[in-house]
Amino acid sequence: MTMGAPRFWRKTQSRYNLYGVKCKSCNATYFPPRKICPSCRRASKLEDVKLTPKGEVLTYTVIRSAPEGFERQTPYIMAIVKLDEGPMVTTQIVDCEPDEVEIGMAVEGVFRKIRESGKDGPIYYGFKFRPARADKDLAV
Amino acid sequence: MKMNKVAVIGVGLTKFGELWDQSFSDLFVEAGANAIVDAGIDGKDIDAIYLGNMSGGRFIEQEHMASLISDQAGLNPAPATRIEAACASGGLAVRQGVIAVASGMHDVVVVGGVEKMTDITSERVTQTLITAADQEWEAFLGMTFPGVYALIARRHMHEFGTTREQLAAVSVKNHANAKDNPHAQFRFDVTVEQVLGSTMVADPLTLLDCSPITDGAACIVLASPEKAKEFTDSPVYITGAGQATSTIALHDRERITVSDATINAAKAAYKMAGKGPEDIDVAEVHDCFTIAELLAIEGLGFCEIGEGGPFTEEGSTARGGKISVNTSGGLKAKGHPVGATGVAQVVEVVLQLRGEAGKRQVDADVGLTHNVGGSGGTAAVHILEK
Repeated sequence: MTMGAPRFWRKTQSRYNLYGVKCKSCNATYFPPRKICPSCRRASKLEDVKLTPKGEVLTYTVIRSAPEGFERQTPYIMAIVKLDEGPMVTTQIVDCEPDEVEIGMAVEGVFRKIRESGKDGPIYYGFKFRPARADKDLAV
Repeated sequence: MKMNKVAVIGVGLTKFGELWDQSFSDLFVEAGANAIVDAGIDGKDIDAIYLGNMSGGRFIEQEHMASLISDQAGLNPAPATRIEAACASGGLAVRQGVIAVASGMHDVVVVGGVEKMTDITSERVTQTLITAADQEWEAFLGMTFPGVYALIARRHMHEFGTTREQLAAVSVKNHANAKDNPHAQFRFDVTVEQVLGSTMVADPLTLLDCSPITDGAACIVLASPEKAKEFTDSPVYITGAGQATSTIALHDRERITVSDATINAAKAAYKMAGKGPEDIDVAEVHDCFTIAELLAIEGLGFCEIGEGGPFTEEGSTARGGKISVNTSGGLKAKGHPVGATGVAQVVEVVLQLRGEAGKRQVDADVGLTHNVGGSGGTAAVHILEK
């Protein structure tokens, strides 16, 4: 899919810096951010929170038949990563080969180019995850 | 919640497949005419029309299709309403028709489901189908629909020891059933080896784990039991209707290997009908991918959670097994015109309960249909009895 600039811009804090929300009523953390805590509803007390981009692979696949805009990236790894702070995110796994990824693997977030929107459209950036490297600073 | 039961007095289908010579409204008119003739009613008897359709706007750049199909079918000025819930659009249209009759608002309604998918390239079809997922946090990042189900399959294999061969067994069974269904898109057998050896789409799912791109329409005629007596001596009744909702994004679900929408919709339908999974003889379930059939039979209670693989492999879901699942060939082999699927499932179960399913006939008194939208954000379950 393509996304107009306003739609992308509205969530840049989450896309660039992994901002989610935390509910002060029940302590649940959500990513992407929500306007209401589904558990607390009108008792929701949501605050912005910058999440630590660390977690583990819950499950993964290798996309071989890509949607528009991703044709040149195939084969690429898509995964659901469970963040250490609770929420789960759908993300690409990069800097490793398809046969190197496994369930339970520790990963960390990196800031990368996601896609282009045609020749003249905007270039979108955001988070992807890579195998955790204890010795390096996190890039997100 | 108890419901006034609703009779299905007529059913109709088109052929499913790549139907280049038929337009969207042609498909509805053909399935609708078949259902009306089957019911023995006249167009003037119809009080309302409900239409399941996922994405006319993207597939044929046509919205407002309720007006289009009513117009083309000569049913104006009956109220016509389109219902959308991705691949569960048909199941939800059935539910709206059931509610309309059970409430006493209407005596006779037509429920149709139509999708015209082959007028655009397969790349654009893929783009359209992924609109059933969260656009901003799944699709935009490069996710595909087979990819979403591949994530579920990989985790199911990890948690429960489900094997690749067990997933393939779903495809093998459903192809075998489709061979005996004249309306099916793929009327040929496949082997486990062929499924495993076909083109990898999204690991671990191959092309033969995936339902195809299909044109097709299905139609049923619903009536109150009193009204049904005017037209038929042997109606099939819808006695239970359940619908439930879950998160649109797979990653927001507490457990991605369990369809909580299916479990909740089934619970509601079973309760309403006073039945349980052990009472069901024949079921049409949502097998958009082989893994989806395992989630379906587990969530509907035909086997324990996590046991869908062995249960399928041992033949329990084959025709004449413990419970006959997807006698029509399912979405996998009958074809999956997304908005039509939920209605077509009811057509198959009605044919089975009437004893009119030809070579694929099984011995059945109670049937069930199960229709899912997206990766499980919506589920609809209906229970049907003679």
